[in-house]
Amino acid sequence: MSRLKESERYKKTWAYRFFRWYRGEKDPFLGEVEMKAGNPYKDNRSAEELMLEKEAIMNKVYDMDHNKEIKLFKFAYGIISAIFCLALTFVLLLMVSYSPKTGNPGNPNENEVPARYIENGLQETGAVNIVTGMILDYRAFDTLGESHVLFIATITVFILLRIDKDEKGKEKDREEANDRNYEPKNDAILQGIAIIIVPLIMIFGIYVILNGHISPGGGFSGGAIIGAGLILYLNAFGFAKTERFFTEKTYKIICFCSLSFYCLAKSYSFFTGANHLESGIPLGTPGAILSSGLILPLNICVGLVVACTMYAFYALFRKGGF
Amino acid sequence: MEWLMYILLGFLVVCAIAVSFSKNLLNSLMIFMSYSLVMSIIWIILKSPDLAITEAAVGAGVTSVLFFVTLKKIHAIDERKKGEKDE
Amino acid sequence: MEFGPNLMANYGEAVSMILFAIGFTNLLLQKNLIKKIIGLNIMDTATYLFLALKGYIQGRTAPIVVNGVQEVEAYINPIPAGLVLTGIVVSVSVSALMLSLTIRLYRRYHTLDLDEISTLLKKEEN
Repeated sequence: MSRLKESERYKKTWAYRFFRWYRGEKDPFLGEVEMKAGNPYKDNRSAEELMLEKEAIMNKVYDMDHNKEIKLFKFAYGIISAIFCLALTFVLLLMVSYSPKTGNPGNPNENEVPARYIENGLQETGAVNIVTGMILDYRAFDTLGESHVLFIATITVFILLRIDKDEKGKEKDREEANDRNYEPKNDAILQGIAIIIVPLIMIFGIYVILNGHISPGGGFSGGAIIGAGLILYLNAFGFAKTERFFTEKTYKIICFCSLSFYCLAKSYSFFTGANHLESGIPLGTPGAILSSGLILPLNICVGLVVACTMYAFYALFRKGGF
Repeated sequence: MEWLMYILLGFLVVCAIAVSFSKNLLNSLMIFMSYSLVMSIIWIILKSPDLAITEAAVGAGVTSVLFFVTLKKIHAIDERKKGEKDE
Repeated sequence: MEFGPNLMANYGEAVSMILFAIGFTNLLLQKNLIKKIIGLNIMDTATYLFLALKGYIQGRTAPIVVNGVQEVEAYINPIPAGLVLTGIVVSVSVSALMLSLTIRLYRRYHTLDLDEISTLLKKEEN
């Protein structure tokens, strides 16, 4: 009995009406608002005429050479951006003029951080090249993110430029024809030089990667050199030769193995030795090839990723696939 | 060394301006390539050999090659030939 | 607004700032997409030059330990070199990404002019 009364009282509240309206059970304007149908708009012109009219309007609006407002906008844009650039130059030069002198030993960026890297870097990382020791030991997660940036960039370019192999339409033919337009297929001079130079470039790249911790260089530079060598080989001998050893599958395997090895190795290193506790990885004698703990394998990983990325960019640009 | 630095920095500015004002895309790419090479010499003077190797391989090598391939893709070289014939 | 005392001493940094401004002007005022990308690359290198000059110290050698000398006074600052090294490689991937976008735009609209592309885009929308 009491419940019935409760529900009657509830029916009088605003909330009940609101939810009823919200559920669509009753239209509150029904019967209270007068509605009258207006005269239907009748256009006697045919669809073709309408289309022509619309096109004429569009052409008039977007006629870059004769539309006055667009001309004015372009003029104003040019002037404003020129003024803005001059102001930017002025402000930047002002900033430079008040900043400390270049090459002065007492500059504020010569603080304890580089001092620590230089004084203790050799003992803590085992790398003779302090820059490599810094980017692959103290700041190794930074470099891991960087390698992933390269990987993601390759994937994005792959998405943008990919041409399906199954889709044997006109697109593919056009692309292929375009690809071969400007280069003779079997250029004797190019091939003769490439046979001599490409192995040298490869050896130099491998040298730079393997000696990354004891001389200038490292994964990034060596990988870029190897990638450039691969590009030269591809240019001289065509895709048929490179596809014997470098396909999409190779790229996937190399990138996956390098990145995951990097991730695991550095996780282990940070787990055990981030504060220079015992990690069980010998640092070796500084200056030897097999020294400096994890830096050499990490250099090789980064070099592989960079070389694959460079080659993949070029191959994707050339024919939309590996 | 000071004078070499002045000359190279001046070359950089001239190159950057020339890239902006050259009408032909291929020319501006060539100028940009030489800009990168000069940059790698400047890295040597600034005692950063790591950067010099990377810039020479990446800036002057791979980036320029990518630009050239793009130009080839979009028939810009072809269009230039047509334009020259028309003039 | 007066220029400070170090403008002539910091001539390298001044040049890098001028290069930055030239690249930015290219980015704003050029219509051609490829030239815009070159302008962005110039801005990149200008920033790297600025960073490297910040780390440079006159009379010191590259940060590679020679003969076991580990004095702070012997080597230049290694931190900007490390930062720029990663930056150079990332700038390649950025320009490759933008060039591939340019190729897609060219395939769709058959022009490199950004104004024409936006005009065609607006025409399509209506």
